This record gives sequence, structure tokens and C-alpha cells, in this order.
Amino acid sequence: MEPFEDIKSKLIPFDMTNVDTDQIIPKQFLKLIQKTGYGGFLFYDWRFDHAGNPKKEFVLNEPKYDKRQVLLTRDNFGCGSSREHAVWALYDYGIRVVIASSFADIFYNNCFKKGLLPIYLNKDKIQYLFDLVKNDDPVVDVSLANQTISISEKTISFDIDLTRKKMLVEGIDEIGYTLSFDDQILNYEKASKVADYNKFMVKN
Amino acid sequence: MQKTLFEKIWDSHLVIDDNQNENADNSNGPSLIYIDRHLIHEVTSPQAFASLKQNGRKVRRPNLTLATTDHNVSTESRSLPIVDEVSRTQLETLSRNCKEFGITLYDMASPDQGIVHVIGPELGFTLPGTTIVCGDSHTSTHGAFGALAFGIGTSEVEHVLATQCLWMYKPRSFLINIEGNLSKRHAITSKDIILNIIRKIGTDGGTGMVFEYRGDVISEFSMEQRMTICNMSIEGGARAGLIGPDQTTFDYLRGRKYTPKESELDKLIEFWKSNLKSDENVGFDRVETINVDKLAPQISWGTNPSMVVDITDSVPSPEQYAKSDENKRKLAIRALEYMDLEPGIPLTNVRVDRVFIGSCTNSRLEDLMEASLVIKGRKVSTNVRAMVVPGSQKVKVQAEKIGLDKIFKDAGFEWRESGCSMCLGMNPDILLPGERCASTSNRNFEGRQGSGGRTHLVSPIMAAACAIEGHFVDVRNLV
Repeated sequence: MEPFEDIKSKLIPFDMTNVDTDQIIPKQFLKLIQKTGYGGFLFYDWRFDHAGNPKKEFVLNEPKYDKRQVLLTRDNFGCGSSREHAVWALYDYGIRVVIASSFADIFYNNCFKKGLLPIYLNKDKIQYLFDLVKNDDPVVDVSLANQTISISEKTISFDIDLTRKKMLVEGIDEIGYTLSFDDQILNYEKASKVADYNKFMVKN
Repeated sequence: MQKTLFEKIWDSHLVIDDNQNENADNSNGPSLIYIDRHLIHEVTSPQAFASLKQNGRKVRRPNLTLATTDHNVSTESRSLPIVDEVSRTQLETLSRNCKEFGITLYDMASPDQGIVHVIGPELGFTLPGTTIVCGDSHTSTHGAFGALAFGIGTSEVEHVLATQCLWMYKPRSFLINIEGNLSKRHAITSKDIILNIIRKIGTDGGTGMVFEYRGDVISEFSMEQRMTICNMSIEGGARAGLIGPDQTTFDYLRGRKYTPKESELDKLIEFWKSNLKSDENVGFDRVETINVDKLAPQISWGTNPSMVVDITDSVPSPEQYAKSDENKRKLAIRALEYMDLEPGIPLTNVRVDRVFIGSCTNSRLEDLMEASLVIKGRKVSTNVRAMVVPGSQKVKVQAEKIGLDKIFKDAGFEWRESGCSMCLGMNPDILLPGERCASTSNRNFEGRQGSGGRTHLVSPIMAAACAIEGHFVDVRNLV
């Protein structure tokens, strides 16, 4: 995974609640066997009409929001299907940060595997940011190291678990890290009563 | 210390407790959890295997993973080739990966093939007290056996393949009591109960939590009814839902392919009986109680599974749905527009084009038996195309043995091969733009069953009644 670099970008105001992963990446694009190449399909059914032409009224199709890297949205972003393709599509499209009032668990978890930073803020702060885009539309500075979103004079702090922060900042290979605990895993497999379940599995 | 069922399973699977993890910088860090059972399918596994190979890594315990093909398989005749080249590549990739890494695969040619959450329990792969994961959010289904089961992303699929473990932040516990007397309640199913729960708590009511379902209603439910409830836990925001195992669970397990043999099983049952229930006075982070005594059949009207009303209700106005929440009001306006519904219209006036009985929520033998009782001797309305997609090849064979296929076909239903089918429309079974469907599946998101398609979530008997009448009806009037 690539380490997360601090971001300077304007915000994309994605003013919706309960955006599910079926919308972020519709199922017809889950048939690929790679992790890349999903950006063109991001929000496909909302971005394009049945003939494949961009829908003018959809926020990502407005030229002024082009190339922005921070998506601002509301409650329960990423609910529904576990498809990690949703994270890959956002990342591939160029999004590096999603700011929301809450996230669904599996999506939130998946973000950290790719280097996409999910930030949750309370509803008032989210509303403040939406108002900001509407009025001044400033560039914001997202620093993971400082856990801050800075807009000229003002700074908003955000929470993130320190282990997750470290994974993102350093771009840690999680599997390699886990394998360094091989002794503990082996011990568990030998000692645990529950691990006994596994002896019932037939040999292949 | 008093513990919940969830905490007991969690504690017995800790390889590294967050407090002992010297690399974690605070006490709320992740713990390393051992995974007993891993299910994989063609859609969320190819990138995991590719990355394993790229890094020269092995599958740590190949015999703890089972694979099947379900998401994009055709439900037409199994003798026909898969026409869609991309789908075929995905199926072939799974087959190649399983061979290379020594993983058992139940593919389209196998009599054990089926939807991953139908075959796990069917094969006795799903056992009480275990941890079970799959790259699919409806893994919560297996919680019906008192297993801690949850969906994961593809990177975590790779992580489990390589390490048989996962880093997890400990979720909180949410008790859902289901009270009342269902035996006096005509035509109210476990699907109606779970839809009603989600209606009440919202699609994010369980975020960061594990549900435990409890109450007399649950105790009297069969395993299949329990699976329907646990299956939709994720629709209420919880990654996992649990039901403490009891005699019904143990009876279900006996004699299945991977269930331990008699003497071993008896020992395990004794262990489960004493260990797999929440302590009597344990506290939960949240408690909700649902009473079924006045519950009507439930039906979704909008584009998420909390947008649900009684079948006797009318389509709500955005204000009725949202109360004073402006964002919810906007969501409801959008949903009504997408669904092409006017507030105030009785749901029973809404006509449908398609009926789908299937999915990991409602495609098991009992679901099909119940639906067949509504169908028997009746005909599908001429304006409706209706299909039944059994959850597995075993379900299909058992159903055919008792003549259910004939009842459905005589009524005008299509009788299909097993798979996920029109629950998510990755195979050719999709709604056309504008088509309206009564569906026994779990998600009514925009475009879920096909771009522009409109989904109403209902129980199998409600779907069956709808197929006959051509519009939604209160199934209590038909049975």
C-alpha cells in the first residue's frame, strides 16, 4: 500500500445520506480480476444515462469539481455490500479523502487497505463544510500526521485510531506485519480448545 | 465477570489481545482474532489470490477455506456454457486458484454448489462458537448457529488466506428481544420481523455493534427462519448477528458432511450448551424490543431496507418518513421518485412486473415450501414474470423430491438452477429499467436488481401472493 500523503484540495460536495456501495460501484463492474481500472465506473448509474452519456446534473460531472480529491458527504457512507471495489473505484478516480458524519463498518475498514483516508466529523462540522463550499469554496489542507483539516485561519481536528493512522502514514504491508506474529498464531493453533474445531475439517 | 455470547466467542479467539500488543499505541487498538472458517466465491477472491502470488505467499490452512461459485453463475441449464466472457474468466480464475492452493471448490458441476451462505450451514461447515468470514456482507447469516460471522473486503480475504487471522476492533453488543406469540399470528414470517427491526433502528442502527437476537419467538424458530433474521443484520448496520445455539441448532447439525461424528459431536454439544449463551445479568450497550403480536406483513417502499411499512399502509410522504430530519426528507423524495410512487397510495394498489423468490435471505427449502402453499392450484397473473431460484443444488433436489417444482411450474413460475441470481443481477437475471419487482432478497438499493429496476422487499409468501394477484396483497387474505 502507498503511504498516505497530505492533501491540498477543494471539496466535492456530495450532499447525500446512506450512499451504498452498489451506487459507488454497480455490480456489472465487479467482474474484473484486477484491483485497478475502476475509476471510470465510479457512481456509474448516477454519472451516466442509459446511453452512456454523462448526466449534467450529477455533481461529479460539474467541471468545477473536476480533479478534486476530497469527497464531503453525510451519514452512513458506504453501507451495504462488502465490495472493496468501492474503495478501489474512489481511489482510482482520484479521491484520497472522504469526510462524512458516519461510515458503514466494512467500508471504513476497507479504506485503510488502499490508502484512502475516511474522516468522520460531527454533523455540525459537516454542515459547516458544506456551507463553506457553497460560499467561498476554499482549498482545504488535510494532514493525517496532525489529524487536522485546515481552511485558511480555521482548523478542524479529527479522530483516528493510532494503529490505523500508523498503517496509512507508513503504508504498512499488513500481512507481512501479521506474519511477524507467527509464533503466537502457532501457539494459538496448538493450545486453543476452539482451534480443535479445525481438526474436523476433512483433508483435501 | 459477566459476558455476552459475543464476548465469549471473541475472547476464545484472541491470538493477540489489544492490551498485549506492544505495537499498538493505545488500549483501543485492534486485536488479532483467529478465523476458524473461511468461505470464498468468484467475485471477491481473484485479487486476493493474485496478490498472494505476487508476494510469494502461501495459504496457511487450505482445509479451513471452502469455495463455491454463486454470484455470477447462470441459473439456466447447467449444461449450457457461460456466455459472458468476463463472468467466465472470473469462474475459471477461481477454479485455477483453488487448484493451485489446494482449496475445496464446489463449482457449477457439483451437487453441493449453491449460494455461499446456503451451503455453509447445509454442509455442516458452519458450527456454533466458531469465527466465520467471507468476502460478502451477508456472512452474518451464519450467526444463526451462534457463530461470530461477518463480511470482509478482498484485502482481508487475502489476509485470512495468508494468516488465518484478522485484526479487529472489538465491536459493542446490541440485544434485540423479540417478544410475543407468533403461533397465533397468521402468515407473519421471520422476514417480516427483520424488516420491522431495520425499519425501527435504521440502516445504521447497528454500526460498530454485534446483534444478539433473543426471545420466545427466536427459540421457536427453525434454523432456516433464524438464518433469514441473521442474514439481514448487515442491513441494520451490524456486521454480525448472533443467536445462542439450542436443541434446534444441534438437531440441524447432526449428520452433515463436515459436522463432527457422533461421539465428538456429543462432547461438543455439552461444551456449547454450557458456554455459548450470554450470562444472565450481563449488560448490553443497547437493547431494543420488538413485539410481534400486532405485526403485519412488511414491505419496503423505498431504496434502502429501513424504508418499510405494513402491507395495510399507504406509501408514506417524505415528511411522514423523515419526521423533522431534513436529510432523511431529501432521501425519501429521491426514493419516491426513483420508485415512481406517490405518497398516499395503498401499497396493495401497486402492480408488479416481476417476482423473485431466492437469495441468501429466502431461498431455503422452508421458504419454497411456504411459498408453494400460497401458489398451489393458482396461476401467476398474466402481467407478471415470476421465478424461483433455489439457494443450492441440494435445496433444488429436495424441493423436486417433494414436488415443489411442479407446483411452481404449473402456476407459471420459472424453476431455475441455484445461485445469487436476481438478488444482485451479476448474471443475466436482471430487471429492465422501470420494471417493478416483489423480491425475497435483502437490498432494495437503486439499480440493485438491474439498472433502473425497482425492488420491494417482502417475505416468500408475500412474493408468492403478489405473483398470483399481479399487485401487492395482504397474504393473510390468501392463506
